[in-house]
Amino acid sequence: MKKIFLSAAVILSFGLYAFSLRPHGRDDGQVIAPTNNVTEPVTTPTDSGQTASSNLPPPTATTPIGSQKYKNGSFTGSVEDAFYGNVQVKVVISGGKITDVQFLQYPNDRQNSVYINSQAMPYLKSEAIQAQSAAVDIVSGATATSLAFQKSLATALQGAKA
Amino acid sequence: MRQTRLIMGMPVTVEIVGSNIQAEELEPTFAYFVAVDERFSTYKRTSEISQINRGEIQSHQYSDEMKEIFCLSQQTKTETGGFFDVGPIGRCDPSGIVKGWAINRAAKQLRQRGYHNFYVDAGGDISADGHNASGQEWRVGIRNPFNPNQIVKIIGLSGGGIATSGNYERGEHIYNPKNGWQKASAVASVTVIGPNIYEADRFATAAFAIGQAGIGLIERRPGLEAYIIGKDGRATMTTGFEKYVLTPAKNK
Repeated sequence: MKKIFLSAAVILSFGLYAFSLRPHGRDDGQVIAPTNNVTEPVTTPTDSGQTASSNLPPPTATTPIGSQKYKNGSFTGSVEDAFYGNVQVKVVISGGKITDVQFLQYPNDRQNSVYINSQAMPYLKSEAIQAQSAAVDIVSGATATSLAFQKSLATALQGAKA
Repeated sequence: MRQTRLIMGMPVTVEIVGSNIQAEELEPTFAYFVAVDERFSTYKRTSEISQINRGEIQSHQYSDEMKEIFCLSQQTKTETGGFFDVGPIGRCDPSGIVKGWAINRAAKQLRQRGYHNFYVDAGGDISADGHNASGQEWRVGIRNPFNPNQIVKIIGLSGGGIATSGNYERGEHIYNPKNGWQKASAVASVTVIGPNIYEADRFATAAFAIGQAGIGLIERRPGLEAYIIGKDGRATMTTGFEKYVLTPAKNK
């Protein structure tokens, strides 16, 4: 479950990161996203013995993450101003697909940042929800405004007045 | 003394503990919610917010309460990294922030009137002071998002707020300013406990818009704790959440 959560956090962070760059209108130096053009990535050798080339194949803007073939290897992106701070990521390609995205830099302003570093919260506890039988005074739940609910409640309240 | 009314399209319940409390003592609280609804409801043609949206009132003519809400909305938008917004340009709906703000105000008014043990519950968002009729902290159940008749956690609350944001009853209603009206959040519900209901409510709303990773927003915010229930029926909690949980040993 933790892996799923972390994966979700990574994917979301990745999405936020990609999105955050859009307003800057830059199309250079954005390495990691298949939705971005890639021109000058720093490259590192991969364990497959192959050195990743300095350019990924030109991706199309509409390609969903993971559906396009890439060269295997680790690719480090440029440092980008994400308004609340700098973001720099490393993406790992394996089997032609993105298998990992790591944050090398990410905004640290806790007041403003909603970027999630997957390393930052590995200790959050999770559990399967379980129905409780003990009595309570009040119930916290999402707002109920559907018409059917209102009608039902109004009737119930009417009955309660009697 | 406890009573429930249907105001702002949702059940509003007020309970003040004490055998000598009269029903009339609850009236000012209900009247306050009605007044808030008259000013902020986008469903009422005559409300101030509707007049603003029709361009009939200029910003310098806004009421003090409206100015405050606009200011708080902007502040919340900043503090949640843009994941809280009152709506697209040209169509303002500050209801996401008004509810928690109104409950908080109602609780303050009760305090000022000298009450120590009470709660105000508007549509499942709660401000609770002091203790219940049994002299214990208020016992608040977190509703099961997959079965409204069940609760999945019991929280002890005394002097604070608890708010739950979800889409299981109201439809998929949360506007995500980064992506517009989102079809679905990755999570079923987000419950936030905070020092007051205003803080709990606005951060529950923002965290729900973010989805699973919204728990990071709460984890990093001092004084707030969260219980996020995923669509897979698993819940993730912030590090300080369990101190509020009433365990079987505490149950009486």
